[in-house]
Amino acid sequence: MIPKPSPIELVGVTKCFGSLVALEQTDLVFEAGKTTVLIGPSGCGKSTILRLIVGLLQPTAGLVRFEDRVLSSETILGLRRRMGYVIQEGGLFPHLTARQNILLLATHLRQPQAEMRARLAELCELTRLASVALSRYPVELSGGQRQRVCLIRALMLRPDVLLLDEPLAALDPMVRANLQMELKTIFRQICQTVIFVTHDLAEAAWLGDRIVLLRQGRVVQSGSFATLVEQPATSFVSEFINAQRKLALV
Amino acid sequence: MKALFAFFTGVLLASAAPASSTSIQPALVGSKKFTESYVLADIAQLAIERAGYPAEHRQGMGGTIILWEALKEGAITCYPEYTGTIREVILKTRGPTTEGTGEADVERMRQRFAQFGVGMTGKLGFNNTYALVMRREQARQLGIHQISDLNRYPQLPVGLSHEFLGREDGWTPLCARYGLHMRNVRGMDHTLAYEALAKGEIDVMDAYSTDARIAEENLVALRDDQGFFPQYQAVFLYRLEADPRVLQALRSLEGTLTEQRMIQLNAAAERARDYSRAAALYFHERVQSHADSLASKLARWTARHLLLVGLSLSGSIVLGVPLGIWAGRPGWGSEIILGVTGVVQTVPSLALLALLVSIPFLGIGPQTAIIALFLYGLLPIVRNTASGLQDIPRPVRESAQALGLEPRAQLTQVFLPLASRSIFAGIKTSAVINVGTATLAALIGAGGLGEPIISGLNLNDSALILEGALPAAFLALLVQTAFGFLDRLLIPKGLRLASV
Repeated sequence: MIPKPSPIELVGVTKCFGSLVALEQTDLVFEAGKTTVLIGPSGCGKSTILRLIVGLLQPTAGLVRFEDRVLSSETILGLRRRMGYVIQEGGLFPHLTARQNILLLATHLRQPQAEMRARLAELCELTRLASVALSRYPVELSGGQRQRVCLIRALMLRPDVLLLDEPLAALDPMVRANLQMELKTIFRQICQTVIFVTHDLAEAAWLGDRIVLLRQGRVVQSGSFATLVEQPATSFVSEFINAQRKLALV
Repeated sequence: MKALFAFFTGVLLASAAPASSTSIQPALVGSKKFTESYVLADIAQLAIERAGYPAEHRQGMGGTIILWEALKEGAITCYPEYTGTIREVILKTRGPTTEGTGEADVERMRQRFAQFGVGMTGKLGFNNTYALVMRREQARQLGIHQISDLNRYPQLPVGLSHEFLGREDGWTPLCARYGLHMRNVRGMDHTLAYEALAKGEIDVMDAYSTDARIAEENLVALRDDQGFFPQYQAVFLYRLEADPRVLQALRSLEGTLTEQRMIQLNAAAERARDYSRAAALYFHERVQSHADSLASKLARWTARHLLLVGLSLSGSIVLGVPLGIWAGRPGWGSEIILGVTGVVQTVPSLALLALLVSIPFLGIGPQTAIIALFLYGLLPIVRNTASGLQDIPRPVRESAQALGLEPRAQLTQVFLPLASRSIFAGIKTSAVINVGTATLAALIGAGGLGEPIISGLNLNDSALILEGALPAAFLALLVQTAFGFLDRLLIPKGLRLASV
């Protein structure tokens, strides 16, 4: 397969909130068809990057490019429909059933019924969501089911890019471990560009083709997990890795 | 009702011109808030109907100024008035108090009324002015027939209303004119004075010369032999463009009511607590002929009440929800909208009605009441819509944005359904407040369940008050309950589950 050009690129992006600099002069290219994990301590700017890509924030300086188009208020609506966005929790609309949540945009865009049904069945199988859960309201679902529904909703329109902002952080450890396993399979099957934000190094190592380590709004190092371990760019990289490893050994 | 609907939409579209209807508009007879005015207006209504023209009586609309404004604007067709009031309050002519009764004076008044498109009938025949009254028995024993006779008995105890003590045509100038030197004079409440007179605690008091109690309690009004009291001759004021049948009916009443007759009719009205009976008595009709049954009156009042509430509430919803959506966004717009609607809510309801009545194209009537209620209903809806939208959790809000829905679809498919519980609570609050506040609409002639309440207050008739108060309270409960059921229908199931 010929590698596709990178769909998403940050060019010299700075984002300030008042006097606070959340992201500074950052250039990032996300590889097509690969899973990139953004990791770093709280406040490092990893979530800010996702929110810039999906257009919930606008860069203070620089630009975000989606294929050959620059994100702007004119282009954002169309581009959002080519992205899937999953957040930690609370992203489901409480007044709609799981099915209605998933089909909201597709129905709004008047997609053919048969196609929607087929796609839904396919995604339920992919994410191993029991179809009875589809007629339930978000409050009636377990945490794991809720995140599966969020994932299905994000994947419904076959997005070019899947953006996940700590999707597993609020789940209890058993469910979380299961979903980590499943996500890896899912990412491999859909062959899409995935950007995954986490603060958990093990999760990053398990899921990421490439890891981008951030600190205080700057990229410290990016590469495979092995590169980060074996050739740390700064002492912070080693410290960050060792701190999490120690905990994992306990 | 159709005309009212048309009027309301007209006002909403900011058109100052009331919608015209092809059907015959009934003549609207106004009255002030006291027995005699009610009775005279009922007599006029009956006279107009007997002349073959439809008529309605807007009972107890207010005081002189409100009735005069209503007539000037054409909100009513006619109402009973007194020459003394015309001279002093309406036309504000100053002069000797006895003026205004001669034909020349009447002609001058007519000329001045003509510029407002208003006409005046001839005198109905009685003069309702202040009088000094005594027990008939005692007056005869002492040989007191006229006010100057009191000079012979300066020791008689006198009880006077505080108003009479203070008026320019009241006690002090009266004493000056007659040279009276009464030694024992007290100010007291008018109603209490009647009781004190009956018990013999006082022997002389002030009264209106046609007060029903003069006849009922066997009192006598002393003759004003020096012609001190100004003339308060009863007349009808009417719109000059009114149907000839209406004018003819009003003219037919000229000179037909003596003081004695008016006292009888007032007494009949107060005894029966029913003005239309007194009116029927005037025409020597059988008494039951004109009075509606309680059920039909209740139905009419309730229907009007619901119309007032329904139209005003619809207006509040139609404007309040969009304003609330606007106010729910961050920025100065929010502060202005919430501030202005908040201020409107702070104005006392009676004051708001009074303010609106003074706006030229509104005036007296249902349209003004509807607008007042509409303004009142606005705040709860605007505020609840805004807060309902603002309270949507950020993750949900951002998910809707990130999903790729247009802003309009985000609002209709996600944000408004999520805020529906709060919006609905605001509408419910407005509805319940409106049902209560709408009873005040009767004060400006808009009808509804306030009508019996206000008549009852004027007549001191608690049964009549309850005829309006109980249904109004019941209606408020009903609205509350009905909204409880609507809750289940209109609020998405997922939200109801979430709050369990």
